[in-house]
Amino acid sequence: MAVEAQVPYQEAIDVHHPHSWLARYWFSQDHKVIAIQYGITAIGVGLVALVLSGMMRLQLGFPDSFDFIDPEAYYQFITMHGMIMVIYLLTALLLGGFGNYLVPLMCGARDMVFPFVNMISYHVYFVSVLILLASYFVPGGPTGAGWTLYPPQAILTGTPGVDWGILTMLVSLAVFIVAFTMGGLNYVTTILQARTRGMSLMRMPLSIWGIFMATVLGLLAFPALFVSAVMMILDKTIGTSFFMPAISSLGEQLDYSGGSPLLFQHLFWFFGHPEVYIVALPAFGIVSDLISTHARKNIFGYRMMVWAIVAIGVLSFIVWAHHMYVSGMHPYFGFFFATTTLIIAVPTAIKVYNWTLTLLRANIHMTVPMLFSIAFVITFVVGGLTGLFLGNVIVDVPLSDTYFVVAHFHMVMGVSPILVIFGAIYHWYPKMTGKMLDDRIGQLHFWITFLGTYAIYYPMHYLGFVGVPRRYFANGEMAIIDESVILLNQGITIAALIVGVAQILFIWNLIYSYYRGRDSGPNPWKATTLEWQTPETPPRHGNWESRLPTVYRWAYDYSVPGAKDDFIPQSEPSAGEREGAPLA
Amino acid sequence: MIVAIMLLVIVIGSLVFNFLSPWWFTEIASNWGGIDFAVFVTFWICGVAFVLIGLFMVYTTWKYRRREGLTAVYEPENKRLEWILTIVTTIGVVGMLAPGLWVWDAYVNVPPQARDVEIVGQQWSWSYRLPGEDGYLGAVDARRISVDNPFGMDPDDPRGQDDVLIERAALHLPIDRPVKVLLRSKDVLHDFYVPEFRAKMDAVPGMITYMWFTPTRVGTYEVLCAELCGIGHHTMRGTVVVDTAEDYDAWLKTQATFAQISARPEGDPVAGQIAYAVCAACHGPAGEGMLAFNAPKLSGQDPWYLRHQILAYRQGLRGVHEQDTYGKEMAPMVLPLIDDAAVENVIAYIGTLPDDPAPQTVEGDIHRGASLYGGCTVCHGSEGGGSYGTFAPRVAGMTDWYLVRQLRNFREGIRGSHRMDNLGKQMGLMSRQLGDDEAINDVVAYINTMSTRMTRTAMHHTIDDRGETDGG
Repeated sequence: MAVEAQVPYQEAIDVHHPHSWLARYWFSQDHKVIAIQYGITAIGVGLVALVLSGMMRLQLGFPDSFDFIDPEAYYQFITMHGMIMVIYLLTALLLGGFGNYLVPLMCGARDMVFPFVNMISYHVYFVSVLILLASYFVPGGPTGAGWTLYPPQAILTGTPGVDWGILTMLVSLAVFIVAFTMGGLNYVTTILQARTRGMSLMRMPLSIWGIFMATVLGLLAFPALFVSAVMMILDKTIGTSFFMPAISSLGEQLDYSGGSPLLFQHLFWFFGHPEVYIVALPAFGIVSDLISTHARKNIFGYRMMVWAIVAIGVLSFIVWAHHMYVSGMHPYFGFFFATTTLIIAVPTAIKVYNWTLTLLRANIHMTVPMLFSIAFVITFVVGGLTGLFLGNVIVDVPLSDTYFVVAHFHMVMGVSPILVIFGAIYHWYPKMTGKMLDDRIGQLHFWITFLGTYAIYYPMHYLGFVGVPRRYFANGEMAIIDESVILLNQGITIAALIVGVAQILFIWNLIYSYYRGRDSGPNPWKATTLEWQTPETPPRHGNWESRLPTVYRWAYDYSVPGAKDDFIPQSEPSAGEREGAPLA
Repeated sequence: MIVAIMLLVIVIGSLVFNFLSPWWFTEIASNWGGIDFAVFVTFWICGVAFVLIGLFMVYTTWKYRRREGLTAVYEPENKRLEWILTIVTTIGVVGMLAPGLWVWDAYVNVPPQARDVEIVGQQWSWSYRLPGEDGYLGAVDARRISVDNPFGMDPDDPRGQDDVLIERAALHLPIDRPVKVLLRSKDVLHDFYVPEFRAKMDAVPGMITYMWFTPTRVGTYEVLCAELCGIGHHTMRGTVVVDTAEDYDAWLKTQATFAQISARPEGDPVAGQIAYAVCAACHGPAGEGMLAFNAPKLSGQDPWYLRHQILAYRQGLRGVHEQDTYGKEMAPMVLPLIDDAAVENVIAYIGTLPDDPAPQTVEGDIHRGASLYGGCTVCHGSEGGGSYGTFAPRVAGMTDWYLVRQLRNFREGIRGSHRMDNLGKQMGLMSRQLGDDEAINDVVAYINTMSTRMTRTAMHHTIDDRGETDGG
């Protein structure tokens, strides 16, 4: 009886439904619209970064063939490509996009706790993207300092975009962080405060666990990037010396003195390493749900999976200097950071085991989301294992700053999360639009993307074994390079161009299926989680009818012995339990 | 079915690729076999894990693919299995970490008998400093770095007087003797990287970093920069020669110390004028350059560049390529300059010659040239004046047909192809920007507009000077 009286406030609030186009699609406070806004913007800017990577590969495979690619342009390509992909695509799409879409729906809430702040978050993100892209229209073009933006180089002559480009980049990052903070506080608060009745923390789908932990990491890590951006802006504009020691640049003495370039590296990687997991953890969570749903089997070792996410999140804050083994920091740090880095391999490996063990004795439906999930696991295995090379301090010494590093991080935090994102879009597109994505186009897109990216990055590790340094505009005659290396580079370029062009299939599928796709119905995958149990598809503003759903079970009741179907929605009471009955 | 097959193809394909791959570490040339061993251990542990997980996925995706009558098993947890896997993983991790840390301990603890070598990085070249007989490197200060003191040496520090300074040339090291490498940078981050040595470390402005190794194989090795340092990053090459003890001592004797360099007398233009008589035959009495003899203008060129080129000819770094017809003609012409003093004298004399802009003979698209020249600006200056900091000679107001020819030679590897000629290699890499002869003409035509501006500015200065005098 007491329970009946305790109606959560969310059930009572009257959601304001906008009517004009601008109010519905631009000034919307509906988390689902904001999610799609984030998604479209991120994919749009990601396509820019994809084109940039194609041009980089053209130069690397066929140097001296393209007039418009000079060293300046090349270094601008790599910088913009890296920054866009890591921050403006992956972070924004996984948290701003999927975080926004899934958190209220999967938790059984009507919306985010602060819908207005949520709307502003997207607008500010949009502004940060505009500032970033403005780099291409300011004198001197965007910065070519590499995505790590290491000073002193980033703000000295000899690096492209030193006048304006570096400032637009730093300002854009600072603005992005403001946007992320507004969004992030929302996700965390909503997950902690607005879960529906019965949705205990240990009943949450792993997607939400991944998004939750990643957002916490982001809220703690991004401030380090924010302050370093502000400090570098000051070094550049008013001549402070936070990161700048006494320097003689291109034969001229500069006025800087006393600053430390290593300070920036520590700040950058204190953000930069958790950033890897900001991208990885949502992907881990989402892929767990995709595998479980499409294998028609509960995720194996749910509790271990949750604790692994938490452990990885905590450990990710004490491994940052493994990016700095040859930076000149105190060499004894190497012992500490190599140890913590290899410890993090244990919870990560557990996650991999549990994904594969979920497939064991399952009933695997080879849907497109499942294909992408399987591709993710094998790609992530390669990327994770090569991480053990680079994390193991002495093994890093010959390999650091070579193509081994490029291959590793693209496998582990480029291709892997992107495969999950593709899988997730194929999985949730029906909920977002009410239409299925075309299966044949999806299959084609999958095979080209999966096999293509493997063909790009697996052989690339071997360039690193040879010792080919990364971030070289051209290798020219180099003692360690022979014809075979040039040939390998050409092969990688061809594979990269094919994969790049194949993404048109994906974009085409998104557009085509929106108009011509098969109707999906409310729950095409027969999934258990709450977002598939909404009264309408796509869910309307406010998500639920007058009453919020009540949760009676965990998110993974697939193929439960004795059950009528091979799945039981979280909101379905078990025998003996009636709706509204109190829950433990 | 197809998924299982493709996963199998990936696992087997990766193995086949690995075993057939010609791409592997270079032959080691230092004591760091331990690094190779740690890589080997990591490689095998990770390789086995990859194959096991891959094959397990092949099995599950094949065996448990959707079929009629197949139902998944409901199995939320299996504590025992999870613990076993955790323990096995931990053992694997320890198996990699333990040898790794063992070798790292050796890497960061320098043996006491190691000798110091200082490596100085700057955009975009490597220089070196060896402690003299006293075994100590003298004090340096970034604030002292200038054209006359490129290492920033403290002239009052007695320990620095016998330091051997090797500016932008090859470093020699004796075989089988451990060296402690001290790294510093004048400007931005660099990273001294010789793939064959395995060791690697950043050079960071404002601090001194270190590493150590023992060269174990006689030979000539290429130095690369492994930390992004601006648009010339890929051209920042150097050379390390590992010598036998005798060869090393012989080489060391030919190197100048800081004291010797400081005490070097200024060139005597009067003595230089006599020596210049030979040069005048082709380069012209006023050093103006003569197309008929394929000899470029010398007057107005930076003295350090003249010195460097004369030495390059003398050491056989330039004028040795079989297609370098005019370079080969020039090479024997420097032989009469028998010692450093003779070289300094003739350079001093050239410094007294009138610096009139060379006549303009090359035509091209100035606008395209201006955009192409964008890549040259950082080193040669926006007005083509050259810079000692980047060791780039003056190009504005010099003989334009000569620039065209040299750019072509650089691009085609006729100049700068000697493996020890790192500065030539640098220009070679940069000149590839100029895709065809037309591009070369365009950029030189643009350089010609600088010399026009230069003349005008010079005239204005003369008028201003006069005006001032009148006013005074």
